[in-house]
Amino acid sequence: MSVELDVFVGNTTIMDEEVYQLWLDGYTVNDAVKVRMEGGVMDECEASKDVLLSDTMDQYRTFQMCERLLHSPAKLANQLLFQIPPHRQIMLIERYYAFDDTFVREVLGKKLSKGTKKDLDDISAKTGVTLKSCRRQFDNFKRVFKVVEELKGPLVENIRQHFLLSDKLARDYAAIVFFANNRFETGKRKLQYLSFQDFAFCAGQLISNWTVGAVGESSIDPSYNMVEDMDVDLDKEFLQELKELKILITDKDLLDQHKSLVCTALRGKTKVFPEMETSFKNLSRGLINIAAKLTNTKDVRDFFIDLVEKFIEPCRSDRWTAADMKLYLTHYTNSAHILDTFKHQVVWDRYMGVVKSCIFKMYHD
Amino acid sequence: MPGKLKAKIVAGRHLPVMDRASDLTDAFVEVKFGNTTFKTDVCPKSLNPQWNSEWFKFEVDDEDLQDEPLQITVLDHDTYSANDAIGKVYIDIDPLLYSEAASVISGWFPIYDTIHGIRGEINVIVKVELFNDLNRFRQSSCGVKFFCTTCIPQCYRATLVHGFVEELVVNEDPEYQWIDRIRTPRASNEARQRLISLMSGELQRKIGLKVLEMGGNAVVGYLQCFDLEGESGLVVRAIGTACTLDKLSSGSAPNTNTHMHPNTAPASNACNSPSKDGKESPLAHGCRSTHNSPVHSVCSSQRLSQNFSVSVPTLIFTGMGSGGSAGKEAGPLRTLLRQQTQTALEQREFPFFTLTSFPPGFLLHVGGVVSARSVKLLDRIHNPDEPETRDAWWEEIRQEIKSHARALGCHAVVGYSESTSICEEVCILSASGTAAILNPRYMREGCLDIGCTDHRFEDPSPPSCGFCHIPYDELNMPFPAQLTYCYHCRRQKVPDVLFTTIDLPSEAAVAGKGCLIQARLCRLKKKAQGETNATAISNLLPFMEYELHTQLMNKLKLRSMNALFGLHIQISVGENMLLGLASATGVYLTALPAPGGIQIAGKTPGDLSNEHISSIQKRINDTIAVNKELYQINPPKLFALDPEVFCGINMELAEEGVGSPIPEPRHRSRLFRSHSESSDELSELDLSHGKKDAFVLEIDDTDAVEDIHSLLIDAPPPTGFYSCNTENMPGISNWTSGVQMFTSVRVLRLSNANLTNQGLNKIFTDLCENLLKSFYFKLRSMIPCCLCHLNFTVAVPEEELIQVTVTAVAMTYDKEQTQEKTAEKPVNKGSLEAEEQLQFPLELCADSSSSNIQTASKISGVAESTNISPRVSSLERCSPLQEGRSRSLRSSRSFGGSSVTVVKMTPLSFLPGIRIIKYLGIINMFFIRETTSLREEGGVSGFLHSFIAEVFAMVRAHVAALGGNAVVSYSMKECVFMENPNKNQAQCLINVSGDAVICISETDQESSASTANTGQTGGGGTDGAT
Repeated sequence: MSVELDVFVGNTTIMDEEVYQLWLDGYTVNDAVKVRMEGGVMDECEASKDVLLSDTMDQYRTFQMCERLLHSPAKLANQLLFQIPPHRQIMLIERYYAFDDTFVREVLGKKLSKGTKKDLDDISAKTGVTLKSCRRQFDNFKRVFKVVEELKGPLVENIRQHFLLSDKLARDYAAIVFFANNRFETGKRKLQYLSFQDFAFCAGQLISNWTVGAVGESSIDPSYNMVEDMDVDLDKEFLQELKELKILITDKDLLDQHKSLVCTALRGKTKVFPEMETSFKNLSRGLINIAAKLTNTKDVRDFFIDLVEKFIEPCRSDRWTAADMKLYLTHYTNSAHILDTFKHQVVWDRYMGVVKSCIFKMYHD
Repeated sequence: MPGKLKAKIVAGRHLPVMDRASDLTDAFVEVKFGNTTFKTDVCPKSLNPQWNSEWFKFEVDDEDLQDEPLQITVLDHDTYSANDAIGKVYIDIDPLLYSEAASVISGWFPIYDTIHGIRGEINVIVKVELFNDLNRFRQSSCGVKFFCTTCIPQCYRATLVHGFVEELVVNEDPEYQWIDRIRTPRASNEARQRLISLMSGELQRKIGLKVLEMGGNAVVGYLQCFDLEGESGLVVRAIGTACTLDKLSSGSAPNTNTHMHPNTAPASNACNSPSKDGKESPLAHGCRSTHNSPVHSVCSSQRLSQNFSVSVPTLIFTGMGSGGSAGKEAGPLRTLLRQQTQTALEQREFPFFTLTSFPPGFLLHVGGVVSARSVKLLDRIHNPDEPETRDAWWEEIRQEIKSHARALGCHAVVGYSESTSICEEVCILSASGTAAILNPRYMREGCLDIGCTDHRFEDPSPPSCGFCHIPYDELNMPFPAQLTYCYHCRRQKVPDVLFTTIDLPSEAAVAGKGCLIQARLCRLKKKAQGETNATAISNLLPFMEYELHTQLMNKLKLRSMNALFGLHIQISVGENMLLGLASATGVYLTALPAPGGIQIAGKTPGDLSNEHISSIQKRINDTIAVNKELYQINPPKLFALDPEVFCGINMELAEEGVGSPIPEPRHRSRLFRSHSESSDELSELDLSHGKKDAFVLEIDDTDAVEDIHSLLIDAPPPTGFYSCNTENMPGISNWTSGVQMFTSVRVLRLSNANLTNQGLNKIFTDLCENLLKSFYFKLRSMIPCCLCHLNFTVAVPEEELIQVTVTAVAMTYDKEQTQEKTAEKPVNKGSLEAEEQLQFPLELCADSSSSNIQTASKISGVAESTNISPRVSSLERCSPLQEGRSRSLRSSRSFGGSSVTVVKMTPLSFLPGIRIIKYLGIINMFFIRETTSLREEGGVSGFLHSFIAEVFAMVRAHVAALGGNAVVSYSMKECVFMENPNKNQAQCLINVSGDAVICISETDQESSASTANTGQTGGGGTDGAT
């Protein structure tokens, strides 16, 4: 005796959020039943294991049928097959596009290609996220990437409108798309201590300050707002201009002048002042060399590793506190304005603004 | 001539990719009606094409308008090969044919393909211009309204109820035609869908004609069914109740002249009404066989070989108890009354009513359930234009029902329904209903001179108990029953138990809450062919009915209840077994005596296993106590019973109780009989249940033990849940807005062939119980909640498969108010002053008149109903819920922001907290879905899951296109599932029906009319624009 067929269909589609999460997390039906049993759901309504199994199967089927619609969430609102209240639709979409930070950390900056997809089982083993869930998350990244690639206009807004995601999630996806597009290196051992949220913050900074779109926002011409890839590619002109900053380290006078200004401002304000004074030239060279090299795609990819190697690590070995770091970078940036012979104030601000906030975010254990 | 149909194809969306190369589709549309076809332009390379076509105009007869659906086919243009069909939409334009309903059909329809399911959507606008038909010899019946609802629809009042209408049409099934061997499954499915659509159109038109002939304008309680007879053809049949309905406009003063119109057509086939009364041999427990020869041909000149028919001994359920008692003072008044009303109704061929709930005062007495079954061998329908054989079969059954009703002293049958079960060439036809006496006032045309006649014939029964009073003659009882004086009015006799197929009358006095009671039974039979098979089945049927009845009775007692409403017994035939499923809603009627307990007895007084027996007894007693608590059955304290009456009953019991014949079940060594105080076993009795009459179960073999165990196996619903299979839940009326309609299907494969009846029973019972458990679990977020209208359908699709299909609605209610109400209810009802009630002119519908409101408030005992506006309360009255709806004025959840109209669906005739302001027409849809890639679609469950979801979607889309936002009286009448996993194939047929309505939340009634109108046209406009 066996149950050959077992279905339950409601006029309003019934979905249990807990089961949805289990499905998203890639649990098999049997594992999901186990989890639910342990969760004590059986005590409600005197359910038995069979009841739980039947319910879980029904829900899994429903989710599978919905999955096609979730791939283009706008369809969910005007499809006729499932009658789902809007707040449930929002929940379904938001959860479907949610991802594990540990997983995304592994693929961040990698090419969203078939090759990477093949490595998902390794990532799954490493992160403990089920392979099924890894695939869903990876496919989500790829899908969002593909869609926004062809769209004009601001990245975050496009993602939010096209996939009906919350602002937070749309920003995270923008970061993922941005990283994947520029192929930033994030996997090196030295970068392991950084979380996805650290990178997402930095991506946000880069998107809103260093891309073509960033300039567009301040531009008077509104049509400029609608350039393809305006938020995904860095502003080439700006990268060229960054070369000009080299003068701060190549011109000996300027370098000394800069150093003395910073040191004057810092003296007595921090315990690590002697270390700051001695490493000033090294640190300054580091930051400005990073800026000057950004015209090379290869060096763009190494942006974060460079920041860590050339700046964060030396400071950390000198036991700077985060406050020290803040103080130093503020004065370092501001002092350059007082240098009479330094003409590239705008580029300097645009560069240092981002670098400063990135380093603040990245300066932790 | 008299109609112009116009259709416009606006746009498509979400179309499937038909061209792999471009990932796009070059779609165009064919619009077909009758033999005329129009085409739109091709909209190249788009999955969201905008055709914005011209208006395609069809000039057609209104007869065709009724029969034919508008057929819209979406195709992919292909320059080099044949165009590929994407899918089709059939639009039933019937709702446009009567003025009060929809004026336009406009909206997004799912494009449906029988192989691929829903493939995108298409936006269509359809209009009809009808020219006035100058009453020639009409073949059409445009304008007759159809309702699935089995009560007088809200916002209408019935000025006249004409009576029973029936019709059937037959045809060959395209699936079994020779051409089917060479055409594709898609073509075959589409031919079938189209044919059935045509046939139901024709059927509806023919019924409409009958209604017009009778002078009516509507059919209420319309029930249409398909019999897929396989090789022998396809039968579409329908029954309903013809009425003259008036639309209620707000504030209109109602006309109280409501009456039944006797259909003056004389009984046509005198030979078809055999008088069987003489042959009756009583079975035990008020079940009575009316028939004794197993092979029986009613129409004299039937060819037995070709048209083999076995009429099965059928049973009448009414009161229980084998001890007959007869109050000797049979009122002459009563006899007079019967004579008077009978003459009025007997003129009609079938005084049947498919309605299940009635306005107060309509139903005077209820006799009990009458049912008839007949086993037939199918033969090919030779001439589709003359479906006489099938007609004769039903005629025969109806005559039987009629004579049963007469035997119960009743002149009418209410809550009437018909069904079939087919397996290969064997077909079981079943009909059942409730024998009843209706108010004579409604029987007379003109409804005149109430004054003089009324005094004589007025039955002085208060509405809260009147319907329980026995209609039959106590001196000449049709079966042994145990009668007592009504516990309410003490004037009339009532049976100890009452079974009916109708809904609980809203004015009935009940104690506590009701609950779903099911009896389930499997019987194995040998595989056989032809007449042997039919005889074997017909021999099994009476035993099954008996067992089901006994089970129902035991379970009723176990729940300490004394009446069943909405009883529906389904017997389904398979190759090697018969399945029986009886569902009903149990309730404690305070007018009836309290049920006795159940007494366990060993075979002999000094049985060895006494300890065992006493432990079982304890379990039973405990269960009864728990159930009393659970269903809050605290009947009002009885007024002191007249000791003389008591004595009289007891004496009679002593005399006659012993002599009650208990025929065939003796060999099964199990006895159910009632026990009275005067019996020898008195000393052993535990009278803790306080009643004079206990029910004795004798245990003398393992079978009986098993049976008792299975009796106790039914788990009560978990806390917070109640269940019933009727329109209204006894004891709950304060619904809140949560509504969830669902359909569930489960198929069980029996693995080993050598199962016993007992084993099968267990499996079947578990199947039903587990289904209920699943529902409770799935719907736990709705607690406190009641599963209403639980409709179980069983089938044996293949030799080792059992299929159970359930459709029901879960509704939330307010717990606090219920408790407060149940506390006050019985008291109020108990103190009703009855006579006054019927002094008011009662009409057959939801009218408002001040007297009615008073009546209503008196009946329900709820003070606040007086301060609602007359209109509201009047509208509520036609639905069984009175008190609750005005209280729970919460609006329905609004799903703002979405472009898709939310369409609520319910098998009930109402939605809580929501008022129906317009009926848009009947929804009657038939779909076939087939797959040749079963595994890829997620196996049988995945396949059926998506199909049911698709059917829901298509129903919702059609309702939305009519401008509606809900479907009431929804039912899934057919769900035939066939699979062939080895070939990776499956096929399923689903037939659904219901009434499309516009409803509004009761809170914003004021703006009702305007919003409804703008909503409809506006909705159409915006839909068209998008």
